[in-house]
Amino acid sequence: MIQGIGVTDFFIISTLMFFIGVYGFITRKNLITILIAIELILNAVAINFVIINKYLYPEGLHGQIFSIFIIAVAAAEVAIAIAIVIDFYRTNKSVNVDESEMMKY
Amino acid sequence: MDWSYTIWIPLLPLIGFLIIGFVGRKLPYPIPGLIGITGIFGALVLSYITAYKYFFVVNADMTFEPIKAVETLWMTFSDKLHFNMGVLLDPISVMMLVVVTTVSFLVHLYSLGYMKGDPGFGRFFTFLSLFTFSMLGLVIATNLFQIYFFWELVGVSSYLLIGFYYEKPSAILASKKAFIVTRFADFFFLIGILVISYYTETFDFLTLNGMSESALASAGSTSFMGMSVLALGLTLAFVGGAGKSAMFPLHIWLPDAMEGPTPVSALIHAATMVVAGVFLVARLFPMYYHVDGGIVLSIIAFVGASSSLIAAIIATTQMDIKRVLAFSTMSQIGYMMLSLGVSGYDGHHGLGYTASMFHLFTHAFFKSLLFLAAGSIIHAVHSNYMTKMGGLRKHLPITHITFLLASLAISGIYPFAGFFSKDAILDAAHMHSPIYFWIGWFVAGLTAFYMFRLYFRIFWYEDREYHHTPHESPLTMTVPLMILALLSVVSGFIFFYILPFGTYITPTGEEFHMHIDWTLAGLSLAIAVVGIFIAWFMYFKKNNKAEKVANSFGMLYKWAYNKFYIDEIYMFVTKKIMFGVVSAGWMWFDTKIVDGSMNLIGNTTVKTSYAIKKLQSGKMQDYVLAVVVGAVALGAIFIYIWTR
Amino acid sequence: MNILTLLVVIPALTILGLIFTKGYKQARVLSAIGMGLQFVATLYLVYMYFQARGAGNTDAFLFDQNLVWYKSLNIHYHVAIDGIGVLMILLTSVVTFAGVFASWEVKDLTKEFFIFLIMLAMGVFGFFIAQDLFTMFVFYEIAVIPMYVLIGIWGTGPKEYSAMKLTLMLMGGSALLLVALLGIYFNSETATGLHTFDMQELSKMHFPFAFQKFFFPFAFVGFGVLGALFPFHTWSPDGHASAPTAVSMLHAGVLMKLGSYGAFRVAMYLMPEGAVYFANFFLVLTGFSVIYGAFVAVRKTDLKFINAYSSVSHVGLILFALMMFTKTAFTGAILQMISHGLMTAMFFGLIGMIYGRTHTREIYKMGGLMKILPVISATYVIAGLASLGLPGLSGFVAEMNIFVGAWENPNLLNRVFSVIAISAIVVTAVYILRVVGVLLMGPLKNPEHANLPKVKWFERVVIILLMGSIVGMGTMPLWITDTIRDSLIPIMEKFVH
Repeated sequence: MIQGIGVTDFFIISTLMFFIGVYGFITRKNLITILIAIELILNAVAINFVIINKYLYPEGLHGQIFSIFIIAVAAAEVAIAIAIVIDFYRTNKSVNVDESEMMKY
Repeated sequence: MDWSYTIWIPLLPLIGFLIIGFVGRKLPYPIPGLIGITGIFGALVLSYITAYKYFFVVNADMTFEPIKAVETLWMTFSDKLHFNMGVLLDPISVMMLVVVTTVSFLVHLYSLGYMKGDPGFGRFFTFLSLFTFSMLGLVIATNLFQIYFFWELVGVSSYLLIGFYYEKPSAILASKKAFIVTRFADFFFLIGILVISYYTETFDFLTLNGMSESALASAGSTSFMGMSVLALGLTLAFVGGAGKSAMFPLHIWLPDAMEGPTPVSALIHAATMVVAGVFLVARLFPMYYHVDGGIVLSIIAFVGASSSLIAAIIATTQMDIKRVLAFSTMSQIGYMMLSLGVSGYDGHHGLGYTASMFHLFTHAFFKSLLFLAAGSIIHAVHSNYMTKMGGLRKHLPITHITFLLASLAISGIYPFAGFFSKDAILDAAHMHSPIYFWIGWFVAGLTAFYMFRLYFRIFWYEDREYHHTPHESPLTMTVPLMILALLSVVSGFIFFYILPFGTYITPTGEEFHMHIDWTLAGLSLAIAVVGIFIAWFMYFKKNNKAEKVANSFGMLYKWAYNKFYIDEIYMFVTKKIMFGVVSAGWMWFDTKIVDGSMNLIGNTTVKTSYAIKKLQSGKMQDYVLAVVVGAVALGAIFIYIWTR
Repeated sequence: MNILTLLVVIPALTILGLIFTKGYKQARVLSAIGMGLQFVATLYLVYMYFQARGAGNTDAFLFDQNLVWYKSLNIHYHVAIDGIGVLMILLTSVVTFAGVFASWEVKDLTKEFFIFLIMLAMGVFGFFIAQDLFTMFVFYEIAVIPMYVLIGIWGTGPKEYSAMKLTLMLMGGSALLLVALLGIYFNSETATGLHTFDMQELSKMHFPFAFQKFFFPFAFVGFGVLGALFPFHTWSPDGHASAPTAVSMLHAGVLMKLGSYGAFRVAMYLMPEGAVYFANFFLVLTGFSVIYGAFVAVRKTDLKFINAYSSVSHVGLILFALMMFTKTAFTGAILQMISHGLMTAMFFGLIGMIYGRTHTREIYKMGGLMKILPVISATYVIAGLASLGLPGLSGFVAEMNIFVGAWENPNLLNRVFSVIAISAIVVTAVYILRVVGVLLMGPLKNPEHANLPKVKWFERVVIILLMGSIVGMGTMPLWITDTIRDSLIPIMEKFVH
């Protein structure tokens, strides 16, 4: 509970973060940037968990645990994603997402 | 008396057919022929025994009841209709047995010499045996369906034999034409059988012929196009008979059928198969007579008379000797049909029926003789055209004499066979209507003319040089000629005076006396002599009278020479209209419309899938965009719904 | 083991054995042995059947075997057979056995070829003995699917197109059929409260007229597609033209009969009122297809196309006869199934033999083969004559039953279409004689054909098997017609009101 800052303000922040992430995910062509955008989305969700836990259900710890869980998942995900990106770079000599459509047909 | 042996009459040739067909075809000359001859000889002997027993032993009291010698169920159609196979012995079938086996035996014998050296010798006898089997099966048929069964089989044997020289394109066309035209007629015959059997609930000849006038009237009470259904059925059956018997306008196959080997023409297309139509009408004669007061018979008489006239006119112009004989056959069968058509039923009124059968009997001998003699001539000269012949009497003495006798017989000169039967026919026609008599009388003159035109042109006319000097044929060929010549001379005489036909073969079975009406007979003799005289005048010595006469007739001659263009009309209808327009049109419809619509469905599916495939860009970001937009849209919708 | 189940087990074991064979020689010998055993088993079945009947067994169906397959949906593996089924099995056995010999010289992927061929046959055998609609449908699909592979891999010409077209159209038919089968299933009521697929139980129920009116077209057209019902016949010419010999034989010979048999035994038997309601509509379609197929065949120049359209005409006659609702016509329809199966298998076999030698099927590129290939040519002529209904051969028996039966239906429309259908005998003569005239008779057209190899022993086996059956059926039809008529008694009860 932080004095002077309401739950709405936190929601505004996290929503902004989420949609910036989504926007980045959709518009960027560079795989690394996309990865960063995904981090933004995940962190927006993590903030939401923590804030909702703190403001609405202060007696429990589920939200906190979930956000730690998300951080762990995000770490694993980044590891795999980076591996994919590197492999992708090796085959295509580029990290441009436009060139990853060979599975289309 | 036990008649069950009669089943062997058709079976012996069948066994011959199977033996030659399976093992005998490749055997050396003349073994296949001998096998065939053995089979037919057995049938011949059995037929003669049967005839003797039937006419003189069993029916010595002159009743001539039909006998069902054998009958067995062959196939079940329905509870009422059964397809039986059997042997029916009655005066006409026994007579036909004698005719068919005699002519067939002689033709077999003749072929032994005629076909010598032909690579298809074995095949020829295979088909000949098949034909004999089928024809015998046809004449002893006990019911409509059995007759149809063998009717088709004789058609096929005829097809196979016409196309015997299968490497000759004209033979292929002729065989096809013969089969398809008769098949077309059989289509009507089959419907006729269906109609008759549906309304009378039987196929059996004895039952059908035994039905009284009132029973027939009530069975055929439904009427269709102004005729009772039974009359319609009988007319349709007659169309089948007309096809097989080459009646106008279904005769077009017969002249072309002469492409077959000459013995075949003699056997099938002169003596036996082509009279099957006459036989059919005679077989059902009581029914024809009783249904609708014999309306169908008047159709038959008309068709018979017109066919005989048209054929006789065409015969006077043809150059191919076998074609002349073919048209002559058609003309004579027209006589038989006319005679049946004008016949009454009982007593002396049944003369037409008797005369028709009598003429069938005598005609079988002299016409097959004419063909066999023609075969002998063709064998010697290697041509069918009379323009390549002349003065042959010195080279072919036996053929010459036999041909002359046959010509006299067919022209109706007393006391040769044709005189008696033809006179009986003219007599019957005169009883019915003078018009038919005068047509018959005129045809008799034409007959005498074209036969002696043939005779003088072949054997006299000019002494010409031949490439190979023609030689008389071997004994196997001349002996049948002599036997047939003897029959042509005496058969009329014997069966008029000694064993009169009127005693044995009548519509009712009761006998009546045949006698010669000398007024009519004198008239017909006179025109026959006139015909012979004109022929002598034009063709005895080499001259150009024939061309002059032909030119003086102008158009008529040209029309007759081209057989009144009936073939051309048929070709136009079948080739151009049926197969050019209908068939091609339907094929177009099939590939473009029916199949096209199926392909259209397929192609549309493929095209649609190509069109919507673009959505599947393979770019993750597009999908996410779609998800986000979708989620937002859904969210908006849900919020709108909840807050309403 | 139940003799009927044996008919499915033998092909299955043969397929299993084929997997372990090496080389084409082993494969074809094993197939011949397997199908030979099948043939023997069939003859034994025929013997058993007539013995049972002779001993006075009057049950409609014999050799019943009923195993639960999937209990909660009440699906059973239920097999049993009546006289019609026995005859169809006999037909299938003859054609399959001949088919193995007709593909004696398949050299590439022989093992796989025979596996699919026998799988197809297994489906057909299973179909004819099945009494449970679901079992029947399973076997139906087993029979249809291998066609795609067989045509697509071993075919000739535009084989991918044909295989695709055939399979898709037949699958379309199957879809309609499945709708009908499920409709029947969900409208069935049994004592236990479960729905049922069992035909013998279903036949005792009476479905409401509205139901029959709705589902009959689905079932009839669904089977009809396989039975080359106009206008859904176009898969057949393309499919046959591209298929290898034995596949054409099996397909036209027996697989197409599945369609007409199913249309009769399922669609019409279970929904008689629906059948009567739609009779005129289908009568017009089928009656037209009889003459239509014949006329199109007159114009075609490819042997297989001619025969395929001739099949459309002849198979149309089967469905046409079914629309007459008289016992004689039904008998004729069954006879025509058998007769056409034998004749068309003979034709495709002969065409395969000719094509294997001359490498063309265009009739105008050949000519005068009679002199070079006497046995094959003579057989072709006889088969042709059988096809145009020559007495003494099978076609006559079947056609005459159909025509007499058709005439027993006194409706004017039926009469008119009977006449139209009968007129096809003339057109049939035209196209048969045309082929015989062009292909077999006449002088030798192509000098390269002068030294074509003579007929081989395995080809003789094909000819003897099929020709023997055609002649046997044509000369001794009484036992066949009587068998069929006896088996039709329970079916006819459905159509008497």
